[in-house]
Amino acid sequence: MYQIFIKEFNGFLNSFVAYIAISVFLVGIGLLMWVFPDTSVLTFGFADMETLFSFGPYVFMFLVPAITMRMFADEKKSGTLELLLTQPLTDLQIILGKYLAGFALVVVSLLPTLLYYFSVYQLGNPPGNIDTAGVIGSYIGLILLGGVFISIGVFASSLTDNQVVSFITALFLCFIFYYGLQAIAGINIWGPNSALLEELGILYHYNYMSKGLIDLRNVIYFLSLISIMIMLTKLKLSSRKW
Amino acid sequence: MSVVVENLTKIFNQQKAVNNISFSVQKGEILGFLGPNGAGKSTTMKMATTYLTPTAGKVIINGMDVNKEAFSVRKIIGYLPEHNPLYVDMYIREYLEFVASLHGIRGDAKKSRIRDIIEMTGLGLERKKKISQLSKGYRQRVGLAQAMIHEPEVLILDEPTSGLDPNQIIEIRQLIKDFSRDKTVIFSTHIMQEVQAMCDRVVIIDKGVIVADDKVENLKGSTTGQHVITVEFEALPDLEVFKEIKGIEKLEPEGNTIRIYVAPEVDIRSEVFKLATDRNLSLLGLHREETSLENVFQQLTKENKETE
Repeated sequence: MYQIFIKEFNGFLNSFVAYIAISVFLVGIGLLMWVFPDTSVLTFGFADMETLFSFGPYVFMFLVPAITMRMFADEKKSGTLELLLTQPLTDLQIILGKYLAGFALVVVSLLPTLLYYFSVYQLGNPPGNIDTAGVIGSYIGLILLGGVFISIGVFASSLTDNQVVSFITALFLCFIFYYGLQAIAGINIWGPNSALLEELGILYHYNYMSKGLIDLRNVIYFLSLISIMIMLTKLKLSSRKW
Repeated sequence: MSVVVENLTKIFNQQKAVNNISFSVQKGEILGFLGPNGAGKSTTMKMATTYLTPTAGKVIINGMDVNKEAFSVRKIIGYLPEHNPLYVDMYIREYLEFVASLHGIRGDAKKSRIRDIIEMTGLGLERKKKISQLSKGYRQRVGLAQAMIHEPEVLILDEPTSGLDPNQIIEIRQLIKDFSRDKTVIFSTHIMQEVQAMCDRVVIIDKGVIVADDKVENLKGSTTGQHVITVEFEALPDLEVFKEIKGIEKLEPEGNTIRIYVAPEVDIRSEVFKLATDRNLSLLGLHREETSLENVFQQLTKENKETE
């Protein structure tokens, strides 16, 4: 698993995917947080990082599928998957290696935003007037959300040998899980099931976390979603044997 | 027995890609796996290397069932899939290090092993290049290096020489031959000379069924077809003159040459020579064509078609 992780992560670094993904994320979030007047902390007047945590998921929604789209699709197309699957590795080791490499990239891309925290911290009146615990909770939420998106992306990549199809599938699934379910729950036909549908979506749980409220139930929700996606990927990989 | 294939069957959507085949390979043997395209060679190899699961039957490598002990089997086999897939973004060294580490080769052992394999496969001059920069022949060497890096006991190569130029083919063959001492090698091909040049034994497969499994020499001898004697004259004589010679089954004139088909046990060369001297015909060439595996192959795969 470790070797796959290293190989994938080196692949990101060598193919510039990593640099592009990180810089697009930082430029996008940076503009939203500091430049665009509608969303800027400077015009907003409150020393918080709401902008990062409410727009972060949407930026991830595009970025994560771009990171994961080639993971299995490319290996299928070039035939290297056959090579990999006949090495002394289990299917799960291959999937987890790839998953963790993507996850590591998401975490790395979030690291520079810690600078924003220190900037906002200094801007507070008096300096330091920021809900630090809330920010930590939000970061955990955003990292878990990145983890879910990566698992969706890995799964989408295993479905096809075409990177574009993989990207679009992942984007669509991320959107449905993040926002779609919540929006569908808003349609007035579900009756009492509406709440259930809403709770299936990511947004419901993410909102709790970005308030700094780390409830075990929400954490378990994220972890289950990741596990389900990884199991589905494993199922898809072993379907070659049927 | 190093590799045993027992009643192996693979069905894709009701189509029998491999139909109840059985054969075995001994340690130290090079087995040529021969067949036209789409005969089921690659499918059989994919099952032997744990990539696919058989619909029925099994493959046993060194006493281990490839389905039940897939993980242990993967450690002792080296596999070069068809079309030689490679991570083209990687450097040769990086790629070999990656494969070596998957096999648990570490530290100094890894370094020396990679050095050896680079030397063995003649990649020395290219070792600093990216795989995408390599020519097809060198890529094939990288593929072979990958398959051999952990010194596998069984080497399974799917068309290792396809698409290479004649010199490269000879080099790759030599490489496989060098490696094969006290190892087992199974390689597939649809090129006859390859089998003649390399293999101890050959299994011919057509439409998922084994049509021949024998030593190369035996197969060449066993042909049911005819031998051909080519005679070249300065001026072609009347075909009637050949009626004197017994055992001729068919005559086929072409320009000044004539192809004489005879039963395999018959040799009429001296008679043809005598005939020519008797009648004062100037003979330019007289030569018996050895039955090649090519003929055997064509015959075997054609017969199969007719019985269908």
